[in-house]
Amino acid sequence: MQTPSYAAAAYQAVELRLPTNWLDYSILAIYFVVVLGIGLAARRSVRTSLDFFLSGRSLPAWITGLAFVSANLAATEILGMAANSAQYGAYTVHWYWIGAIPAMVFLGLVMMPFYYGSKVRSVPEFLLLRFDRAAHLLSSVLFAFAAVLIAGVNLYALAIVVQALLGWPQWVAIVVAGAFVLAYITLGGLSSAIYNEVLQFFVILAALIPITLLGLRKVGGWGGLTDRLTARHGHDFTTAWGGTGIGSANPLGANWLTIVLGLGFVLSFGYWTTNFAEVQRALSARNLSAAQRTPLIAAYPKIFIVFLVMIPGLVAAALVPDIGTSASGLQYNDAIPYLMQELLPNGVLGIAVTGLLAAFMAGMAANVSSFNTVFTNDIWAKYVRPGRADAHYVRFGRLITVIGVAASVGTAFLASSFSNIMSYLQTLFSFFNVPMFAVFIVGMFWKRASARSGFWGLLAGTVTAMVNYFVFYREGIVPIPSDQGANFVSAIAGFVAGAVVMVLVSLFTGPKPAAELQGLVHGTRSPGMSEAPAAGDDAWYRRPALLGWGAIVLAAVCYIPFSF
Amino acid sequence: MTENRPEPGGAPEPSGTPEDALRREVTDLESRSATAARIFDLRRIIGGLFVLYGVIVTITGITDSPAAIAKAEGVNINLWTGLGMLLLGVFFLAWLKLRPTPPPVPREDGDEHERGA
Repeated sequence: MQTPSYAAAAYQAVELRLPTNWLDYSILAIYFVVVLGIGLAARRSVRTSLDFFLSGRSLPAWITGLAFVSANLAATEILGMAANSAQYGAYTVHWYWIGAIPAMVFLGLVMMPFYYGSKVRSVPEFLLLRFDRAAHLLSSVLFAFAAVLIAGVNLYALAIVVQALLGWPQWVAIVVAGAFVLAYITLGGLSSAIYNEVLQFFVILAALIPITLLGLRKVGGWGGLTDRLTARHGHDFTTAWGGTGIGSANPLGANWLTIVLGLGFVLSFGYWTTNFAEVQRALSARNLSAAQRTPLIAAYPKIFIVFLVMIPGLVAAALVPDIGTSASGLQYNDAIPYLMQELLPNGVLGIAVTGLLAAFMAGMAANVSSFNTVFTNDIWAKYVRPGRADAHYVRFGRLITVIGVAASVGTAFLASSFSNIMSYLQTLFSFFNVPMFAVFIVGMFWKRASARSGFWGLLAGTVTAMVNYFVFYREGIVPIPSDQGANFVSAIAGFVAGAVVMVLVSLFTGPKPAAELQGLVHGTRSPGMSEAPAAGDDAWYRRPALLGWGAIVLAAVCYIPFSF
Repeated sequence: MTENRPEPGGAPEPSGTPEDALRREVTDLESRSATAARIFDLRRIIGGLFVLYGVIVTITGITDSPAAIAKAEGVNINLWTGLGMLLLGVFFLAWLKLRPTPPPVPREDGDEHERGA
């Protein structure tokens, strides 16, 4: 899940200029050269639209798996989750162990045979097969719209961070980052985006591990850290479930039930299983086994990445007790940049700056590369210019990438005129994913759900989540203590409304013919599902069920030390 | 918007459900796809970049001033990070050496005519 608490305007008041030198800039420059090189080298692999939008469905699982986790590991997530930890403490683990792992495993084990086996090229295209053109068009338009906005927010957040840390003017950062993303996606398409995401994954690890270890050393190890935080914030601050009983107050504004249902079920499943920016990585895998393993391979790094963002956040909270108040001048979002400034000498500092910039660009590229796919395949090729030669759609895909990046730059400048746009956008983001998940889950598991029910369920869920947020929460009609808590409740409301409307509409409209549901609904099969595993894919350590249940058990075990 | 017989991919298909039409279109595109045959091996890039970064950062660590080490809580963080990155880079290059890129397997049909390109 992306965190809603990242306030984009955080840096403006704070002096966090990093002491970068020529060495750090050389490291950054090398990275930019490699990024462009990947784009150029991937260009020759693009012949068909399937190559451009889905890497020809031919990538190995370890690449798509790391790209899957990396597309989520945008810099807004890294800085935002560290901020969450500095503000709320160890509750952050919920976004990973309950808010990601079960959904990722569900995607791999249960949903991927339907997605990959039906040979759809996008999430909306699945809705086209399962429901009708109305549901398809609505979901395509909503997704394309959200993707451009989110790409723009990534770009704007990058500009603010780069301005604060490196002193570049905002427009320079926006134009430079936008130009690089544009170049490597128009050249190499999705292959180029995915390869860069995998590279970014390792660079960001190389940046976060030194920060985490040095931070822990500075506060006297984990024991010293918990002692300091307990003295200041109480025992619950370093536990996962402390103070989450129903009716008891905690800073998160959520109890265990809203955490489990709102975050762990609807928000998380909505994000991980129906957000095309994620699912696209799995659809580009080379066979069904690799597609199933994509989110499962991603789950293992995801379980442990939480330590690399939470510990720096907690360390910052321990070192700067007044963080988040005007007394310290430091915002929660400054946790990681603050530690970079305090602890990293030139050299590793360059790696850390490169990692952050790479993470911003990857977050933007994931949205741009899914946007151009949906816009070309689902809107242009179905409703505007159907039936053209394949080369036309490759050309159009490149063109719409240019337009998408230009629009992102526009929305980035638009975003800069709002002070707290990020938290609003993340909320909007959950509006789009959660109703989509309701439509998916009902459509995949209930074959009676009629063709018309998809559209109305999607519409009702989206409207309900928005009404809950803007009317009931913003106007104070229902008291919810925090934005986070409100997101959880909106998500549950949107999910329930979407599902109920689907059932009602289905009762009054005829079912879809069984012949048209093969391989789309649980209990049916399609030819794509029965393909024989490739040589070597039947090894025991590549069995999806083992990988999936292993991740669930590991996440549950990780909770134990944080539960007392 | 009242129509509920979609025609994926535009070109109307003579027979079958919309699903069959889509499946045919994607299968056809898959058979003409060039990614599997032409994409470079990412392990070479990761290995190369991390060996380069590893060397740069390790040398920085060896020549670091006491001030830089003091800043990092007395740890020569450049040296350790550099060695770690070097190790990761060597791992990817070794993996590539031991299990080289398999030659592209032609899909069920097509693709052969591109081999000479």
